[in-house]
Amino acid sequence: MNDERISLALGEEGPDDARWAFGTGFEDPLHGIATAVPEGVEAARLAACCAALGDDALVTAQRLAEWCTDAPELEEELALANIGLDLLGQARLLYSRAGQVDGTGRDEDAFAYFRDAADFRNVRLVELPRGDFAFDMVRLLVLSAWRLALFERLAGAADPVLAAIAAKGVKELAYHRQFAAEWVVRLGDGTEESRKRTARALAEVLPWAVELARDEISAPFGADGGEASKALSDVLRQTADAAGLTLPPPAEAPAGTGRSGEHTEHLAPLVGELQSVAREHPGARW
Amino acid sequence: MVSALPGIGSAQTRAQEAAERVTDPELPMLTLADLGVLRGVEAKADGAVVVRVTPTYSGCPAMAEMRSRLAAELRAAGFHEVRVKTELQPPWTSDWISEAGRRKLAEHGIAPPGSAPPSDAGPVPLVLSPTRRVVPCPRCGSGDTEELSRFAATSCRALHRCRSCREPFEHFKEI
Ligand SMILES: [Zn+2]
Repeated sequence: MNDERISLALGEEGPDDARWAFGTGFEDPLHGIATAVPEGVEAARLAACCAALGDDALVTAQRLAEWCTDAPELEEELALANIGLDLLGQARLLYSRAGQVDGTGRDEDAFAYFRDAADFRNVRLVELPRGDFAFDMVRLLVLSAWRLALFERLAGAADPVLAAIAAKGVKELAYHRQFAAEWVVRLGDGTEESRKRTARALAEVLPWAVELARDEISAPFGADGGEASKALSDVLRQTADAAGLTLPPPAEAPAGTGRSGEHTEHLAPLVGELQSVAREHPGARW
Repeated sequence: MVSALPGIGSAQTRAQEAAERVTDPELPMLTLADLGVLRGVEAKADGAVVVRVTPTYSGCPAMAEMRSRLAAELRAAGFHEVRVKTELQPPWTSDWISEAGRRKLAEHGIAPPGSAPPSDAGPVPLVLSPTRRVVPCPRCGSGDTEELSRFAATSCRALHRCRSCREPFEHFKEI
């Protein structure tokens, strides 16, 4: 590229179409240098990586949104909504990129609203039902620490658009990880009840983290699964130490992987709710 | 405003001035130029204007409104074809907020950001010890403040409280 700036054709179609997400009339014009796939990059792998990372973000955002009106404090509710919004933004960019390079020309809405749950490729940890606050803080810590480690490496990806999305996401994910880690420390080092629940959350969440540790969807773009997994382990140990918690012994991972489309029974209802308006009113605009 | 003489040079100036007047939907005391999200304005020879903007956060819901305001302001300045491009790289940093922008934030009770951490310094370390920088109260100047929440009304702001004047205030986060 002769220009270091990466432009994405999000909502460029005209000055009067200044709405976003479902119903925006967003059309991907597939124009400009940014849409080309660089030589040596396998388009199918790039699309799969972008869509899977987009799915992780979208499903997490949807679970976080379930805390609205239900978080322990208003401040935490705002925080969780903002974290979800960051992830939703990452999903939009990743889906747009996936649709640009997979040959279908699908837009972000096609990925978010018009695929069935069986077509989602998110890791299963993100789709597990919302637990208590301790569960969701431990889950957020695991997800954000792992995703941050991936994005730090993807910022050097051979695809300039994925690299730009990742570089932007790094700054956001660092805040998400900080927020979750501080809560895990506060709960783990808190009352007897909060400590008990945080220990239970670790025991519930960590078996699902094995799937993250083995994930290689980002490996072709410089994000080695093993390195990201080690970064995640380091963060977990550091946080557990600060909280005075002992990490549970390594657990058996549940069979299957979300990346190969094997999901828990919890994904389909989540996706159904997420897509209900878009599917009931296809083509609606506001 | 400068006189609107015909020719590319004056079109560039008019386009630039129009774009730089546009304010941020969520922080209306700041222009998009103050905020550093306006990355470039270019009047083309064929009469079109290309504006480049960058989001503060990936999910910034104000981007659409920013595009709309820019297009409207430029149309009002006589440009009929306006293209607003979203740019991701280099990623926005709070270091791009102008001096005027920082002053206006403080005048409106929002503590301006300090220096952002360097973006090329390798993996971001997780710091769990309470060694956070003091954010002075924008109302009374006291350094005796505490963070209540890292996420306030928007992703880009954190919520703090001043122990001296007892007032809550927002802090524009370093990113
Ligand atoms: Zn004060």
